[in-house]
Amino acid sequence: MSKRPPNLFASILGLWSRDAAVLRREGLPFFLRVVANPLLTVFVFTYVLPRSGQQIPVAAGVTSFATVLVPGLVAVAMMFTAISAVALPLSIELGATREIEDRVLAPNPLATVPFAKICFGAFQGILSGALVFPILLILPATEVTVRVASWPMLVTMLLLASWTGAALGLFLGTAIRPQQIGLMFAIVLTPMVFLGCVYYPWASLSAIPWLQKVVLMNPLVYMAEGLRIALTPDVPHMSPLATILMLLLLAMTLSALGVRGFIRRVVD
Amino acid sequence: MTNAVSLTALEKVYQGSATPALDRVSLNVPVGTIYGLLGPNGAGKTTTIGICTTRVRATGGEAVVAGYSVREHPTAVRRIIGVAAQALTLDRSCTVRENIYFHCRYFGIGRHAARERTDELLERFRIADRASAMPMALSGGLAQRVQLARAIAHRPDVLFLDEPTAGLDPQSRLALWDLVRSLKADGITVVLTTHYMEEADQLCDRLAIIDHGRLLAEGTPAQLKSEAGGAAAIDLALSGERAEARNALRAIEGVQEIQDTERGLRILVTPERSGVPRVVAAVAPFGLTDLRVVDPSLETVFIALTGRDLRE
Repeated sequence: MSKRPPNLFASILGLWSRDAAVLRREGLPFFLRVVANPLLTVFVFTYVLPRSGQQIPVAAGVTSFATVLVPGLVAVAMMFTAISAVALPLSIELGATREIEDRVLAPNPLATVPFAKICFGAFQGILSGALVFPILLILPATEVTVRVASWPMLVTMLLLASWTGAALGLFLGTAIRPQQIGLMFAIVLTPMVFLGCVYYPWASLSAIPWLQKVVLMNPLVYMAEGLRIALTPDVPHMSPLATILMLLLLAMTLSALGVRGFIRRVVD
Repeated sequence: MTNAVSLTALEKVYQGSATPALDRVSLNVPVGTIYGLLGPNGAGKTTTIGICTTRVRATGGEAVVAGYSVREHPTAVRRIIGVAAQALTLDRSCTVRENIYFHCRYFGIGRHAARERTDELLERFRIADRASAMPMALSGGLAQRVQLARAIAHRPDVLFLDEPTAGLDPQSRLALWDLVRSLKADGITVVLTTHYMEEADQLCDRLAIIDHGRLLAEGTPAQLKSEAGGAAAIDLALSGERAEARNALRAIEGVQEIQDTERGLRILVTPERSGVPRVVAAVAPFGLTDLRVVDPSLETVFIALTGRDLRE
């Protein structure tokens, strides 16, 4: 009984090709989902509010509120996309349809499918960051001051932020039933965005010390702050080491929990 | 290696359940056969398949598939088995063609070879004209054919089919039987579950009758039928006193066993010696309202073994 030797990498390529084929078919909805939030945010905060006389004050040395928004909204786009890319399909595939079965029954370790999901979710996260970035530079009605202060930091942040988002998506996708997805947005994702140092740098929370500590649980804080270091160094930000170490810790923990949750769901 | 699947005292107790879903089942599936696990819903058939296909962890005993222990070498087992689940598990985000093509890719088959294999299977299973359809648009019979095509796309040695014909119309069922037979002709060992007597009798080379997680009997359909003594079953619906009806029936020559049913009594009789008229005459005074005769068949074997009809 001679059989082709197992080829893990070929199998993972197969899993990615499948996800890519599905993404291509959903290209337009994907694009709209990614750009809708930043478009509206930029419109309201840099056009509607200033025009109606409600200018948002920013810290000394920062050119405009639009500048504060750039890293924050890139982080939100990446995180939201990466979470949704993994959690939404997975929740359904693991549910009543058991569509995941065919992939799980491929001759690989059980962690292969969740691993491939994290990678592809992270890829989509980076893709959405790249889509959103030009919008944030060009569209704001006020001046935006962005420069890549550190390429290594930017690349590190793109990788870590998208990985963390996808790992969180894996964890949520294995823990949440399809009927609870609306709830996931309401009680997990929305608070994460509003308390994620997207619209304000973390340093500015020193005015509210308890909140400044509470938000440290939120991975989005480190994504936004890390991108601030890389893109808008003039805006107050955390130390680079803190953002990198915390994201690494969160990404690894969430990946481990997600893989464990996945295996629990597919093996009785 | 003469056995494609070998189970030894296999046991499964699901978490939070007091009774075992599978209770020390031992059986061997010879290479090259179509092997049927026959039993009512909840008998433990799907659990057995789940363990053999590495999806369910046994809590006791041993399952060996194609020479590999399922517990110790699940990855090796997955490489040489094909699985078609009872439910429709086709990837709903992908077309029929993509379902088969990506399955090949998951098994490490290169792009070119995967495309060729997909085209070949689309032709062979007569689904080429629906290659671009999404799974939800397919009829049950067609979807089951796609699942079967996908399950053998990586050329497995052992194929597990869980209730492959459940819910199919008679025509689709016959078409699927033909496909299963053609897979056997290709040298694939097929293990399938069913609760259709006909399917077990006509399609399977060997059978295991399972109920409440226990293996009750094992053998070829012919062996099983002769072991049951060739008895026919007569179902009697009675409105009157059952104890007295029992006494009356016991006196009839050829009556082997009398069982209680919801509606009355069921007797197993040796058909050549005891005519239905004698039975009718014996129980007529006890309010006989209905009667059904089941000729000697796997169904009567099942009734004799379990005291139940598969349909109950």
